[in-house]
Amino acid sequence: MDAGFYSSVVTVVFFIVFVLIVWWAYHRGNKQKFDDAANLPFREDPEDTRKSE
Amino acid sequence: MEATYNYKVVRQFAIMTVVWGIVGMLVGVILSAQLIWPALTEALGPLAPYLSYGRIRPLHTNAVIFAFGGSALFATSLYVVQRTCQTRLISDGLAAFVFWGWQLVIVLAAVTLPLGITTSKEYAELEWPIDVLIAVVWVAYAVLFFGTVVKRKTQHIYVANWFFGAYIVTIALLHIVNSMAWPVTLTKSYSMYAGVHDAMVQWWYGHNAVGFFLTTAFLGMMYYFVPKQAGRPIFSYRLSIVHFWSLNFIYMWAGPHHLMYTALPDWTQSLGMVFSLMLIAPSWGGMMNGIMTLSGAWHKLRTDPILKFLITSLSFYGMSTFEGPMMSVKTVNALSHYTEWTIGHVHSGALGWVAMISIGSLYYLIPRLFGREEMYSVKLINTHFWTATIGVVLYIAALWIAGVAQGLMWRATNLDGTLTYSFAQSVNAMYPFYTIRLIGGTLFFVGMLMMAYNVWKTVAVGRVVDDARIPQTVAA
Repeated sequence: MDAGFYSSVVTVVFFIVFVLIVWWAYHRGNKQKFDDAANLPFREDPEDTRKSE
Repeated sequence: MEATYNYKVVRQFAIMTVVWGIVGMLVGVILSAQLIWPALTEALGPLAPYLSYGRIRPLHTNAVIFAFGGSALFATSLYVVQRTCQTRLISDGLAAFVFWGWQLVIVLAAVTLPLGITTSKEYAELEWPIDVLIAVVWVAYAVLFFGTVVKRKTQHIYVANWFFGAYIVTIALLHIVNSMAWPVTLTKSYSMYAGVHDAMVQWWYGHNAVGFFLTTAFLGMMYYFVPKQAGRPIFSYRLSIVHFWSLNFIYMWAGPHHLMYTALPDWTQSLGMVFSLMLIAPSWGGMMNGIMTLSGAWHKLRTDPILKFLITSLSFYGMSTFEGPMMSVKTVNALSHYTEWTIGHVHSGALGWVAMISIGSLYYLIPRLFGREEMYSVKLINTHFWTATIGVVLYIAALWIAGVAQGLMWRATNLDGTLTYSFAQSVNAMYPFYTIRLIGGTLFFVGMLMMAYNVWKTVAVGRVVDDARIPQTVAA
């Protein structure tokens, strides 16, 4: 149980977390949610969107 | 009051971005002239020591990174967080404190660095009382930013705010850990770390200042202003999530590539190199995401100089994030390290990416803060764009050639093992390249003067906007 053991465990845990993030980002069920979020900069009062025609 | 956005703090920081940009880049131009004419500032007599190369070099780096870049980030992050959370900043008082506190930090830096008061840690030269002030202002900024995110009226937190958030948290961590020191007097302290540990902590800080201050935060800027100016949402929101987390996972470990072939343990150097190589994936993910946002609207690039700034900045980002990993490879580093190539690489990122995305975002922002449809002169934005682009290209091309020449001259040996060139010969070979670099840097500086004129005229005919209304319908 030396430092090398713990750093190996942390590396594996981080890798699994990253795989879960990718799965979460590309999960079909989340598509609508992310599309909504992508449009957030455009949900504004009409007079403020003058340049984003 | 509650139904409007706080534009005051955004306006203050936006104007100061232009002011500090001019100051910081002027110091840069003076420095590059000193490399050609070392006695340049000696004519100033008793003032000369304060303007010697060693004193004003940290003044230049601090001014362009923390005064110019910092102000641009405060302005844009505080604007974007309000607009995408559809709520006013939690406190006007705290916003004013952050603005005046940061300006005080900059003024203190501009006084202490020429006086020779320094910790000698690169990009962290400021002595401990100023470091304490930075930490206080930064915590206030974090409370202001995250408090506003918590108070948001929208359901989602827009991706730009994730990038800004990561930058705020990480810079606090880096600054506090790296600045740990024992104060001796008001103007002198000693680092808490010694020897190779000090070097490693310093470059863990130093490279993450590049990673989180000069990259992650400016990507936050990119994720708002590129879609807005292009008039279409980001190419792939999901890619932005994945590359956000990969940047965060990987950047923290790249620091050792600044310490190749030093007393740092060999495995740490290899670790730094491998993580630097992996960085190319998330970096290019961000670049592609920004550039592809324009797909189907490429024609806008022909007519819109603001988009030219934004998209060119992404191209320079892509270039320098390819160059960076390559330079971290040990065998390449053996040639490139300590040469002008490194300075060229830094400026490809700092002028090409950081400055150009900030300039583009400011050209978007300033008319909106002063109640105008667009800048006073759109033509002048276009002239600024070409002046700046030619300036950067001259600058980095000159230093690429200079750096490789320097590296090759240093390592060249005769058959009997003696050095082919003396050090002075390699210095002499630099003159033509230093001259081209001075021309390139001056062009970029002149572009900033054009911007200042354009901003001045826009402000003169504009009005102070303090009534930008927050949409009342609750959006998703």
